Amino acid sequence: MEKRDGRPAGAVRLDDPWYDTLAPGQGGQGAAEREAAGEEPTPPDARAYASGTEPPADETPAGTTPSALAWPGLPAQRADAPERPGDPTHADVYLTVQRSAAFQEVRRRYRSFVVPATALFLTWYLAYVIAAVTVPAVMARQVLGPLNVAMLAGLGQFVTTFLLTWAYARHARLRRDRAALDLRWETQERTGGNNR
Amino acid sequence: MTSPPAALAAVATGNHQLLTLALFSAFVAVTLAVTAWAGRRRQGSAAEFYAGGRLFSPMENGFAIAGDYMSAASFLGISGLIALFGYDGMLYSVGFLVAWLLVLFLVAELVRNCGRYTLADVVASRMRRRPVRIAAGASSLTVSVLYLIAQMVGAGSLVALLLGGTDHTARTWTVIGVGALMVFYVICGGMRATTWIQIIKAVLLMGGTLTLTLLVLLRFHGDLVALLTTAAQRSGHGADFLAPGLKYGGTWTARLDFLSLGLALVLGTAGLPHILFRFYTVPTARAARRSVVWSIALIGSFYLMTIVLGFGAAAVLGTDSVRAANPAGNTAVPLLALDLGGGPDSTGGTILFAVVAAVAFATILAVVAGITLASSASVAHDLYGALRRRGRPGRGPASPRPEAALSEEPRGLREVTVARIAAALVGAVALGLALLAQNLNVAFLVSLAFAVAASANLPVLLYALFWRRFTARGALGAIYGGLLPALALVVLSPIVSGNPAAIFPGLDFQLFPLENPGIVSIPLGFLFGWLGTVTSAAAPDAAARHAETEVRALTGADAA
Repeated sequence: MEKRDGRPAGAVRLDDPWYDTLAPGQGGQGAAEREAAGEEPTPPDARAYASGTEPPADETPAGTTPSALAWPGLPAQRADAPERPGDPTHADVYLTVQRSAAFQEVRRRYRSFVVPATALFLTWYLAYVIAAVTVPAVMARQVLGPLNVAMLAGLGQFVTTFLLTWAYARHARLRRDRAALDLRWETQERTGGNNR
Repeated sequence: MTSPPAALAAVATGNHQLLTLALFSAFVAVTLAVTAWAGRRRQGSAAEFYAGGRLFSPMENGFAIAGDYMSAASFLGISGLIALFGYDGMLYSVGFLVAWLLVLFLVAELVRNCGRYTLADVVASRMRRRPVRIAAGASSLTVSVLYLIAQMVGAGSLVALLLGGTDHTARTWTVIGVGALMVFYVICGGMRATTWIQIIKAVLLMGGTLTLTLLVLLRFHGDLVALLTTAAQRSGHGADFLAPGLKYGGTWTARLDFLSLGLALVLGTAGLPHILFRFYTVPTARAARRSVVWSIALIGSFYLMTIVLGFGAAAVLGTDSVRAANPAGNTAVPLLALDLGGGPDSTGGTILFAVVAAVAFATILAVVAGITLASSASVAHDLYGALRRRGRPGRGPASPRPEAALSEEPRGLREVTVARIAAALVGAVALGLALLAQNLNVAFLVSLAFAVAASANLPVLLYALFWRRFTARGALGAIYGGLLPALALVVLSPIVSGNPAAIFPGLDFQLFPLENPGIVSIPLGFLFGWLGTVTSAAAPDAAARHAETEVRALTGADAA
């Protein structure tokens, strides 16, 4: 905790290459673009959830404040971990991280989007394919000029694919990226670094 | 492919052919220059050769992924199928796109975080066992080679068709030329050159498709209803043309076959090695996600445009003349270009036809390069890497990361050399098989590659990423339990024997009624993965391995 509090979180993160690569680009919501557009810079943790359209209702307190993202129960043992035998190994670190509330929250957010969304699009696609071969008469019913049910459903598949893509990217950017990045650095500090 | 009709033969002579050849040469010259430029800057490390230094931007990688995915079979084949069969052809466009949601949700980010270059890396991060890595490498290689053969056979038939030469020698030399050129690109330029070739190709393909689509819409004054009505009229099928059933509405076997194909298309993309491979060219999982968003946007608009082109070809040319030009419909788009440009004798028609031909050629070259590179990684990184560690105990070091980091450079140098040799070998093998298989249907080969990818690669990938209890025996079961049934069912299918159109028309060992094995072999892959896991005891460190995979997959900790 002390170590964590002493770190100027915003400055460190905006300089690192991993953060940098996620900021610019399409979508227009990346931090760098917002800054480039002259918007008032917000503290990074606030910025991640800034849009205001995300209801804070199912954001547990654990997700929003940096102090809760630090993990309870993990001893601060980063520098000396690899040297001294009997200290936590990589496996122990990963197990500890996996059990931490912050990680469980990231995983819960990931699954709570991905599982229903995957079930939805697979069901919708399979229904569309199966309907074409089982009830062709229904699919051939004309709805709008030359457009029949089958054509509309086919175009609907394109629309739902684009919408789900947009929703997933937005959900990941606003609800997961910040917490995952924090966990990444914390984990790497304890495992003794990354490959670069 | 049959001989082109008089109309096309007349087109593909004189000025047309000259212009097409000039554009081909320009593309080859540009890509050679790119390769030389990329090769000059190479550092010789594995990360450089396989992943272009991992420093491509999401947009660049998104274009490259789209370039890898949109083959000539899509550009010419799907539009042709729509021109011939209307709505039933459109089902391909939908399946090829929807598959990307699976990649986006479950695969792209997690695979980027867990692996270094290949699918086998991801599986091996759970199970550090040589047989598992070898199995994953072998199934990836099988899928890549099948896909490669399809593209090379396609190159032979399409380019020969578009250039007007249909005799066997011309096709053989086209196939050899395409293969040799691409192996050269891969060996000299590695991932950096391959990616830029994909980007150039994707831009050309999107540009060409967009131009044709706008011309079709102009022809109908932007009235899509008029376009569809005219297409239905001129197809000779009336309203049925816009409804399901023209191609797959026959027997229940045919319908089941279509379900099988639909399943293979939507589940196969997430197991294609050359697509998974591309996620490692960007620095982070977030960048991988944004690459996929880019590619979904590109691929989605591309397939929407192929629908317009397909119905446009039916409306402008009429289904009968499309079928007369090529029974498989592969020449619908070039013929449409000729008509939209002003007809066979006009300058506009000549130019548009030549552009379409050159784009199709560029498309095939780029896709072949991408797959050759991915299969060289399967050989050098997975198979050779695993066999080289034979001297050590079956299980790798408990925590290979520090060791791997230490020995990265010397090992990387040697591995890249092996990869270059492997690229040449895989290219040569695929070339030989493609020459043998010149009369096989291209669409069948592509759908076979998708079915094998969905059966052998997807189950093991999903289990390794998400199933806590998954064991090494389960991994072997999932890979071989999907791969072998898929291949066996194809051998026993009507494609290989038992009817006049089969590869061996004289023999009859057909036991399986469907052409596409997916509907049986994909569930088998999942089933054997489950069976293998529940019949084996969990490894003592299973919980820690799962924790490592899960934490790394979702946070990116220790990502390469």
